[in-house]
Amino acid sequence: MLLQTGFIYFATVIVVCALMVITRKNPVHSVLFMLPLFFHVAGIFIMLNAEFVAAVQVLVYAGAIMVLFLFVVMLLNIQKERVRPRVGLKWTFTAPLGLTLFGFLVAILVRSQYNGTQGSFTIEAVKQIGNSQAIGQVLYTDFLFPFEVASVILLVAMVGAIVLAKKRLD
Amino acid sequence: MPSFSMDNMVSILPEMIVLSLALAVLMFDLALPKDEKRYLAYFSVAGLAIAGYQTMNLAGLQLDTFYGMFVLDGYAIFFKVLFYIAAAIAILISIGYVKGQEMDKGEYYALILFATAGMMVMASGADLISIYLGLELMALSVYILAGFMRGSMKSNEAALKYFLLGAFSSGILLYGIAIIYGVTGTTNLAGIAAFIQSGQYSGPALTLAMILLVAGFGFKVAAVPFHMWVPDVYEGAPTSVTAFMSVGPKAAGFAAFLRVFTTALPGIQPDWTVIIASLAIMSMLIGNVVAISQTNIKRMLAYSSIAHAGYAMVGFVSGGMQGVSSVMMYLFIYMFMNLGAFGMVVMLRKDGVAGEELKDFAGLAKKNRTAALLMMVFMFSLAGIPPTAGFMGKFYVFMAAIDAGFTWLAIIGVMMSAVSAYFYLRVIMYMYMKEPEGEFELAAPLSLKLAMAVAVLGVLYIGMAPAGLIDFARISIAGMM
Repeated sequence: MLLQTGFIYFATVIVVCALMVITRKNPVHSVLFMLPLFFHVAGIFIMLNAEFVAAVQVLVYAGAIMVLFLFVVMLLNIQKERVRPRVGLKWTFTAPLGLTLFGFLVAILVRSQYNGTQGSFTIEAVKQIGNSQAIGQVLYTDFLFPFEVASVILLVAMVGAIVLAKKRLD
Repeated sequence: MPSFSMDNMVSILPEMIVLSLALAVLMFDLALPKDEKRYLAYFSVAGLAIAGYQTMNLAGLQLDTFYGMFVLDGYAIFFKVLFYIAAAIAILISIGYVKGQEMDKGEYYALILFATAGMMVMASGADLISIYLGLELMALSVYILAGFMRGSMKSNEAALKYFLLGAFSSGILLYGIAIIYGVTGTTNLAGIAAFIQSGQYSGPALTLAMILLVAGFGFKVAAVPFHMWVPDVYEGAPTSVTAFMSVGPKAAGFAAFLRVFTTALPGIQPDWTVIIASLAIMSMLIGNVVAISQTNIKRMLAYSSIAHAGYAMVGFVSGGMQGVSSVMMYLFIYMFMNLGAFGMVVMLRKDGVAGEELKDFAGLAKKNRTAALLMMVFMFSLAGIPPTAGFMGKFYVFMAAIDAGFTWLAIIGVMMSAVSAYFYLRVIMYMYMKEPEGEFELAAPLSLKLAMAVAVLGVLYIGMAPAGLIDFARISIAGMM
């Protein structure tokens, strides 16, 4: 019961915040609404006994990415965005389409069963060996290969940022 | 669960070679003076040759490594060989072009190699997670390459468009993966298949996930209706990058697409057959019909690339040994002919600027007979006219469709091929029957000539003796089917 009320609270705030992010006219406000959004996502992770992911969510998203967004928005000094109307004629076609698709998704997901094979890390097992340790263990065994590929992706992102944004390349 | 053994290292040897090569290119770049960057290109091509040699040495092995994340089998090796050749030809095409466009940087070659590594991971992925990460590695590198011409607004626009739509399609793909994980409790391809086989699943969620996967992969292979980005991005990106982009990521997309659907989702094959068949029809129809009205040759080839995704999907729908091997063969042939066609666009400069319009090809035959002849061979091949390889590719794909009972699909394919002949042959008509205007300037350094020679030999050899390639494809998937 507590879990359900908690989930409904967190989920509602997340959806409302997300709607605020895309409807605010001032981009700084948009970015600021992301802050409670990230915190509530972390809240859901905590309810799922994933403290480590929750901490990372707050540190990385609320801490680093948010600040980066704010910097970019402020540096770009976006004024035009304020005056341009955001809801145009094409919304009359796209909005019903999007809503229908959304309805389909919800209907399908609600009607399906989720009885997949359980992994070895049940809540009890995780509680016994500790959250961070469990993640570390899995990350460097089962997921070693994807983990290494992810590191290469980060390297490419860095190279790309330099190539595309450096003032003068010689 | 297997423990960590040397098999792991053996199985990723090709990936490690290509990645080390990319890192070495980044390092050597620092030591080379500004106008000597072409040595990095030669170095990369040599490295790719070594990787190819090592990969062929691994042929015949069947290694399931990294706790079910990675698999080295004939199928993966076939695609890896394809990627090496595509990357090597793309690099050779680039050398002169990047110099002319002021994008002569070491990072260019490194990014092509990073993208190649990503494609290799996609072809070898035995788990949705590793396939997804390989896809991101490839996509990120190609986004950057698309915007490599920093001074050009078009290139910037292409990169941004590709990036935004690509990120969106990745999101859709991930959503599909998440639902599959929710339903089956695993992301491992064999595990998913086993779960579906056991009959425990009920409800339409799996079908929904499958549709989302089709959307995600459909974007990467540029199939209608996920093709909106293709013309703008192909036109805006530097031509040498477009050449690579139209071949590598498309083949890699098909590699992952085919593996996921044939190994993880055979249990719901009737469902996805219908969807992919309609995608194939739409791609062939819209790709070929819209290509007719294009005047920019890069845009025309973009729509042609959409149509070719449709032809390949015909083989995909047919399924089975014959269908899958025909798709693999088609992609191999498509690589040679499309890289060749784009190589000719790279070569042609008119009045000092890159000749990207159809009318820039007018009268080419009178100025340079060899170039016109080469372009003619590539156009014939793309249209599927014998004795070129394009004919053989289509022949096997449509043959597979007929044998699997999709005669109507093959009929549509053949009809659309006839339509496509119009715009491919129009290029030849411009070259041979129109009077030249303006000053031709064929920027063809030795490397580009070499690349064109490889491409045209590939097209003609496979066109006349396709048995070797089709056998290679069939032996490659013998263990998988």
